[in-house]
Amino acid sequence: MVQQDLDPRGDSVLEVSGVHKSFAGVHALRDVDFALRPAEVHALIGENGAGKSTLIKVITGVYRPDSGTVRLDGRERDFRNPLEAQAAGISTIYQEVNLVPLMSVARNLFLGREPRRFGLVDVGRMNREAAEVLGRYGVDVDVTRPLRTLGLGAQQMVALARAVQIDARVVIMDEPTSSLEPREVETLFSVIRRLKEQGIAVVYVSHRLDELYAICDRVTVMRDGEVVHTGEIAQLERLRLISLMLGREMATVRDKGTTAFDTDRHERQTGRPVLSAEGLTVRHRLHDVSLDIHPGEVVGLGGLLGAGRSETAKAIVGALGTDAGSVEIEGKPLHRRSPAAAIRAGVVMLAEDRKAEGIIPNLSVRENISLAALPRLSRAGVVSQAKQDEVVRLFMERLRIKASGPDQKVSDLSGGNQQKVLLARWLCLNPKVLLLDEPTRGIDVGAKAEVQSIIDELAADGLGVLLISSDLEELIEGSDRVVILKDGHVVGNLDGEDVSEDGLLDALATAPPLSPDDPDLPEQPGPATGPENPGGTPRAGSDPAAAPVKEKQR
Amino acid sequence: MTSAVLPPPATAKARAPRATLGERIASQVQRRGALAVLVLVVAIASATSSTFPTWSNISSILGNNAFVWLLALGMTFVIMTGGIDLSVGSMYALGGVLGAYGSTHGTWLAVLLPLAVGAAWGTVQGLLVAKAGMAPFIVTLVGLLGLRGLLQAVTDEGATTYLVPQHSAFRHLGSGVWTPVLITAAFFVLGIVLLTRTRFGHTLTAMGGNENAAVLLGLPVARTKVTVYLLSGTLAAAAGALGGARLGSGVTTIGIGYELTAIASVVIGGTLLTGGSGSVGGTAAGVLLLAVIHNLIDHYFSQYGSAFTDTVNGGFLAAVVLLQTLLSRKQQLE
Repeated sequence: MVQQDLDPRGDSVLEVSGVHKSFAGVHALRDVDFALRPAEVHALIGENGAGKSTLIKVITGVYRPDSGTVRLDGRERDFRNPLEAQAAGISTIYQEVNLVPLMSVARNLFLGREPRRFGLVDVGRMNREAAEVLGRYGVDVDVTRPLRTLGLGAQQMVALARAVQIDARVVIMDEPTSSLEPREVETLFSVIRRLKEQGIAVVYVSHRLDELYAICDRVTVMRDGEVVHTGEIAQLERLRLISLMLGREMATVRDKGTTAFDTDRHERQTGRPVLSAEGLTVRHRLHDVSLDIHPGEVVGLGGLLGAGRSETAKAIVGALGTDAGSVEIEGKPLHRRSPAAAIRAGVVMLAEDRKAEGIIPNLSVRENISLAALPRLSRAGVVSQAKQDEVVRLFMERLRIKASGPDQKVSDLSGGNQQKVLLARWLCLNPKVLLLDEPTRGIDVGAKAEVQSIIDELAADGLGVLLISSDLEELIEGSDRVVILKDGHVVGNLDGEDVSEDGLLDALATAPPLSPDDPDLPEQPGPATGPENPGGTPRAGSDPAAAPVKEKQR
Repeated sequence: MTSAVLPPPATAKARAPRATLGERIASQVQRRGALAVLVLVVAIASATSSTFPTWSNISSILGNNAFVWLLALGMTFVIMTGGIDLSVGSMYALGGVLGAYGSTHGTWLAVLLPLAVGAAWGTVQGLLVAKAGMAPFIVTLVGLLGLRGLLQAVTDEGATTYLVPQHSAFRHLGSGVWTPVLITAAFFVLGIVLLTRTRFGHTLTAMGGNENAAVLLGLPVARTKVTVYLLSGTLAAAAGALGGARLGSGVTTIGIGYELTAIASVVIGGTLLTGGSGSVGGTAAGVLLLAVIHNLIDHYFSQYGSAFTDTVNGGFLAAVVLLQTLLSRKQQLE
């Protein structure tokens, strides 16, 4: 995969040397050197707060360095804004999709360089070309639809197509795969290979080590605002890479594995499930999804993008209206279906999209944490400052939230710490069940490990946890049981020894295809999950007897 | 290099489900709600009233209001970027006085003087918003107050009234029914083209939708912001001058509260007050709807006094916006 036939002494297309940047006296970058050769894919890795994003922003003209130089093709450049960097041939795909949700897909793709005729935008041509271009990225949609109606993965592909369309010399990809599913990652990789063939240099930022080894030629590791290593990635052992990133000894990394989950499964509590969802159905999205969560267990929800994982969590808490189905908490049915009612019953959900559905960026850590708990912290509508302080302090400590203090603005924190703030917000409600939708997406390795061990601790304390993750390792090492969804149906149920990567892939692969005539019918159980699943719960679509009965009840 | 870079066609052909008929109707009604209600109101009024569908009534609705609608046109652009321009009412009055004053020195000055002042003031407001990062509400509130002050100064605190000379060609610009209507319609058509068919229009829509993204996409955000306030100021001054031409003099007491009517028209026309979504056509329907409603209310409720008229007007506005909110909520739930 790694191409060694490139000229290793080739002059750098982009060269950053001696760059310093500090914010309010805190060094974000310290004497950073970074060189990018033409036609190479260069991995840039490090924990959040290591300075990767700041470096990228210096290169792309969002920030200006306090000292040091940025050279493009040997010429010193001082970009004052992203527009100038883009015009010079530096194109960037940001981690969070940064497009305009209300505008059409085609308009987003062509913003700023629309095809024109007689000075006016040629809408017909724009739409035609957009459809053609996106088709080649595997995005087959009506390009006149608003972007927000697309899934996150498709939106990311639009952003990618956009970045590549601009005549770029350097393409910077900041976590491009965080919202892509495996097939889309393959598409992305073939785009990157084509870029290489064109002599375009790619900076690839990702926390997924498999991807780095699959696609990158060289790697630069950053830690605490400094570059700690640069070299060929093939010559850098994986454990060595992790230890460089974390600044820890290799032996420690080896012992603990790549995720921070305890290798032991949690004690199965056989009593009554704390949460029991039965026959959840949402038109076009979920079909008769049932699952149980017992106190102290982590139930993984597996499946590909669009399989209905997030929808299941949303349907449980009532954020998504259901057409059929019921939810019981400790045996008591949840009558009113709304997030507020679910919270009162002790079920909380950490939403997938931090930016849109969770964090209130301009409020402080304290305010963000205590938001949901305000009713409990106040008497007659007056918030008790003392109680609030105590709760906030407790959770900042318990979840190891790194902030200058409770009054720091949440938007100043790293992604990982923002996630912990959100987790703290829900935990101070003393929930019984925690639904986690992609809890470690877009956060760095260190914070990821911390969030993972927090999940472990919470389950050990008797909380029922539903874990949704696109990260297979995380799902498998973190879950005691995995319920597998496909196209809105439960197609498998892994338990005990079956919770493995192979087991999950097997279940996904052998799940019977949907009947094209009647997609609303619950499907027959898959043969792969039935027999060799002795310890499996009798719930979910995996029970050979259950599905036909349910069908008759309709 | 664009097409050469592309990967082989992907295998998946998972076409997203198309919107159902109901959803598409809801979407159309939301986007063209003002037009639908306008057609409905005109039809009912024409059927039930003998005086509404008369030529004299229609021409008074059109001719007397047409220029004021230009304020809503400029406001559409500003609101699309997520901003607001409260200064247009005052600018309208100042434009009228400057136009009348200029006409005493010749038709060219009557046209150019208000345009120049409107453009200059708009540019200053735009720079304060885009470069100094001040809130549009505050900047243009300063405009609302400051321009009234300027107006007082120009007219010696209202003591001097400038009249447009009887035989000035300037008067022709505002006379009759068709001239104002055609001028205004021409501006609206230009506005539609500007918003939907130019990079400027796409950029300002993008800014209103997600300003942060627009900056990172490398769009000329600051320049577009300045241009938007420049446009709004210039249009307001032009509207004022044309209104002055119609009235034959510069009236200092005119234009109070016009900025709010303009904002209301824009919102009724389906433009999001937070920016990022809207249309000039919607605004056109919005101004017409408000004018027709006003006319009808005058007609039916004038015996109860003007205070009552305003209350009914306000209530109707609330009803329209409520209806649109309900429709757009339905669309989001999809």
